[in-house]
Amino acid sequence: MKQEIATEKYIVSSSPHAHIGSSVERIMLDVLIALTPAFAAACYFFGLSALRLTAVCVTSCVLTEWVCRVMMRRANTISDLSAAVTGLLLALNLPPSLPTWMAVTGSIFAIGISKQIFGGLGYNVFNPALAARAFMLISFTGAMTTWSGAEWATTLARGAVDATSNATPLGLIKEALKAGAVLPEFGANTVMRLFTGNINGCIGETSALALLIGAGWLLYRKVITWHIPFAYIATVLIYASIAYIVNPQTAVMPHIHLLSGGLIIGAFFMATDMVTSPVTKRGMLIFGVGCGLVTMVIRTVKTGAYPEGVSFAILFMNAITPLINRGCRNKVFGTKS
Amino acid sequence: MKTVPSPYQFKGGVHPEYCKELSNTCSIEKINVPAILTVPMSQHLGAPAKPCVAVGDTVRKGSLIGEQNGFISAPVHSPSCGTVKAVTQSQSASGRLCPAIVIECSDSDETEFMQPIAEWRNVNKDTLRTRIGEAGVVGMGGAGFPTRVKLSPPSDKPIDTIILNGAECEPYLTSDHQVMLEHADKIRIGAEIIKYILGAKTVRIAIEDNKSDAIQAMEKAFADINHGTAINVLPTSYPQGSEKQQIYNVTGREVPRGGLPMDVGCVVENVSTTLAIYDAVINGHPLTERVITITGEAVTRPANLLAPFGTSYRDLIEVCGGLKQQAAKVISGGPMMGFAVSSLDIPTGKTTSGVVLLPHNRTKQFTSQACIACGRCVDACPMGLIPSELSQFIEADDIENAEQIALMDCIECGSCAFVCPAHRPLVQHMRRAKAVVMARRAAARAQA
Repeated sequence: MKQEIATEKYIVSSSPHAHIGSSVERIMLDVLIALTPAFAAACYFFGLSALRLTAVCVTSCVLTEWVCRVMMRRANTISDLSAAVTGLLLALNLPPSLPTWMAVTGSIFAIGISKQIFGGLGYNVFNPALAARAFMLISFTGAMTTWSGAEWATTLARGAVDATSNATPLGLIKEALKAGAVLPEFGANTVMRLFTGNINGCIGETSALALLIGAGWLLYRKVITWHIPFAYIATVLIYASIAYIVNPQTAVMPHIHLLSGGLIIGAFFMATDMVTSPVTKRGMLIFGVGCGLVTMVIRTVKTGAYPEGVSFAILFMNAITPLINRGCRNKVFGTKS
Repeated sequence: MKTVPSPYQFKGGVHPEYCKELSNTCSIEKINVPAILTVPMSQHLGAPAKPCVAVGDTVRKGSLIGEQNGFISAPVHSPSCGTVKAVTQSQSASGRLCPAIVIECSDSDETEFMQPIAEWRNVNKDTLRTRIGEAGVVGMGGAGFPTRVKLSPPSDKPIDTIILNGAECEPYLTSDHQVMLEHADKIRIGAEIIKYILGAKTVRIAIEDNKSDAIQAMEKAFADINHGTAINVLPTSYPQGSEKQQIYNVTGREVPRGGLPMDVGCVVENVSTTLAIYDAVINGHPLTERVITITGEAVTRPANLLAPFGTSYRDLIEVCGGLKQQAAKVISGGPMMGFAVSSLDIPTGKTTSGVVLLPHNRTKQFTSQACIACGRCVDACPMGLIPSELSQFIEADDIENAEQIALMDCIECGSCAFVCPAHRPLVQHMRRAKAVVMARRAAARAQA
């Protein structure tokens, strides 16, 4: 059918008139897809408590976002899926036995306090899920460090690491360090458990395998680049190797550091949060190295209260991201390098 | 002569969908002169030409109708025989009004050309520069900078390298491609004229690797030149055709901030401009027509048309069999840097390389969201800028800070906005802020 040329209603807008087709929603959807294996592993190892925590966190995060936007009289943003991502990430970073009301409180903090008060997605300084986790760790210290959630899961784990307590591997190490006792041994069996996820810990952080599958998706979809995870993990490994070589009595093997305490989920899913990490590649490398150093300092300081350190390391680096951005701009074309 | 990959590659750039297959096999078609031509006096960068004909005057093809009006300016010639119907104003693609001369064309084919300079090697270089200036030759790649000025660098800026820009990195456009296919021999002579004028030693022909037939055509035309000339094949990406990026790819030299190609001993000429130089010198033809790609999914029969300046987009589309579906957006130029126009009555000019008509399903209107600091614009920027940070400063109306982080180095290529998942109008921000800075600088100069 031949159209009349005379129709004079054309869209006038500034160039460019082409777009690659990316969107914030698609990025968030990719993160959700990438977290699916970890969520599945959480359900497998921790059963109904994983399902309960995830449902509670995702629902309350999305609801909080909706309420906040209504109260702020701003366009609603729940469809950008970022609140759902925060909810899922928060749930995966909680111990299985955590009471529901605490998970709800944490979710409200994540979206209300650490995201919407700053202006919503893009304006937040800290990773909302991690800020909420830190808040919960301080407010509900007991519940946040009790690792006896799904009965059958702990039963499976029992005996391999520790027959008497339900602590996490890094928790055991910290206790031994504080007491000046001999560090626990981690056999091949334990390492395998650390890798597959059949061990005590937050519901989504234990399965390195599931997380790495998801990380592969994020890299394939170019949602993240290798810079932050690589710099982060390499720093942890190098630091741990040096510590182990210097004094094997007070340090555990580097691969135990790699596989425990939420390093994998932190390096691939939390530290790479776009809003709260640097924009240049050089900045990302510095950010990753900083995360690694702070993590290891927290883990290896004998007097420290926290055994793992990933959350606080990333939050600390979130805080200095604006400084990194300022100091790591790219070389402008036509200037001397 | 050898064909080699470009030795360097600038950082950044993007890969838009090229859509060149719509028109890249269409040979150049010379259109019949339309009944009415509205010839704009501003088809170049700088001051518009001054109309030098009056209503009722008879003009021939090649008659001077607008005089060069200042150093950075260019004359305009009548593209056809006819009678001046009006000296008026017309809308340009960028939306501004500019003086224009309306010519009612006649069937006569009388011409008023200049004397050909066949033995150009035996004439003074300034004579050739004057000729190129008098023929109204300007950069046809898009900027429209008067070629005479470009070919007259000060004596302390020796030029050693001439780059013929045949990258044509804008999606959809194929006019330079066809010009290289059909006029390679003339481009070669044009290049030799430029080389002679500037006393340069090397000629580099830069073509993207998606135009292998054009590469072959140019290889053939330049085959017997043994040294100082090479084809540099550029990987297909955007913006390979950008002057600064191309100089870097070919020579490894970076044009300093705020500087010009001549600061690094280079002059870049678009292949169509080179053809215009040939025509001006060898044939004495002033620049009155060019090849324009009429394309886009809405056009019935995409084509590369040789059309006189002043032809309306509407006339060009009619030559292409009209529209097969409703056009939602009409772009003068390519989709990355071209102007979306509101009317089909806009006349073509020296810098109109194409008209792209996009149907609804090829256009998208976005709502700008907050920056999520993903850094994709940073990776895409060929100038090494941080578009995300710049646009946030500009949104806060903090132009000073934006200027501090190299706002004025933005070449408005659109790579940042092309990749932005938050659909932020980054280029629009840059343009607005750059205009503010330019106005402030002009005000400061006026005061001093």
